[in-house]
Amino acid sequence: MLIYLNEKQLEVDNQLCLFELRNRHKKNSDLLIINGHPTSTDQELSHGDHVVMIRRGEHPSAEELESLMMARHTPDVQQKIKQGKVGIAGAGGLGSHVAIALVRIGIGQLNIVDFDVVEPSNLNRQQYFIDQIGTPKVIALKENLRRINPASKINIFNQKVMPENIAEFFGEVDILVEAFDTAEQKAMLTNYFLRNFPDKFLVAASGIAGYEPSNTIRTTKVTEKFYLCGDGVSAAEPGRGLMAPRVGIAAHHQANTVLQLLLNNTAE
Amino acid sequence: MKITLNGEIKEYRDQLTVQELLQRLNLQPERVVVEINRIILSPETHNVTKLKTGDTIELVQFVGGG
Repeated sequence: MLIYLNEKQLEVDNQLCLFELRNRHKKNSDLLIINGHPTSTDQELSHGDHVVMIRRGEHPSAEELESLMMARHTPDVQQKIKQGKVGIAGAGGLGSHVAIALVRIGIGQLNIVDFDVVEPSNLNRQQYFIDQIGTPKVIALKENLRRINPASKINIFNQKVMPENIAEFFGEVDILVEAFDTAEQKAMLTNYFLRNFPDKFLVAASGIAGYEPSNTIRTTKVTEKFYLCGDGVSAAEPGRGLMAPRVGIAAHHQANTVLQLLLNNTAE
Repeated sequence: MKITLNGEIKEYRDQLTVQELLQRLNLQPERVVVEINRIILSPETHNVTKLKTGDTIELVQFVGGG
């Protein structure tokens, strides 16, 4: 019969029992889960069962993580994600969320650029921790990303993005995510990137502040290679601050647009 | 002149440059991206680029926050 052991297909004898499976394949496991339910009693396995065996504190290898993702995402999809190279300009509320979403699904490579350090006021929406205050954001983010999925290649640049260095940072990516804070920086990057890299996609964001409705955040295809996420109008200003929920919605619009572009070369 | 601006047909009495169009719309040039007939315009040329009837223009003004 066919079962799944840690998401990998495995042909085993009929009537095989759980503990025997453990003895054969992962003797030192101390957590056994059958079809989503933890168990400590031996039992006969059935065709199609999903068995997960975990040793507490043990890190799965990069290959194991990849095969888990293959099983979840299907091999064709995973292959395309793994080949994806994505740039992220800005590692604040948008950029840190986009980076984490893409690394969780096994993105091949990220080039992340930011010149800031983590400040206490960032923690209301950005993917950093109290013990990272004062650390350059790109260094803190790389550390956090490595804890999620060490297989993704993360290139970081602790610098300010300017027209002169855009080619250096993002010349090799397929898709660039604009995740800056100020309107001027957003426009500068968009103008420069779309004109100088007409074959690459840009996924930008505008209008993400406050606690206005979730559903006014939209993804719009502005031109063939230019996608824009946000409500277009909610600027960050006194009385309307940037907050984790809505910034996260916009960031995940961006991340999902990147995913669609990697898989289908278009997005909606 | 009659132009298509962000999908809507607009008519102006005079021929405008991009810079003049942005002023009319009360937009800040350093925050916008302008595409004319599917080509992204260099911001340095806003003041010398004249619009003409039949042009299709996409205009995005960014707001801050990230």
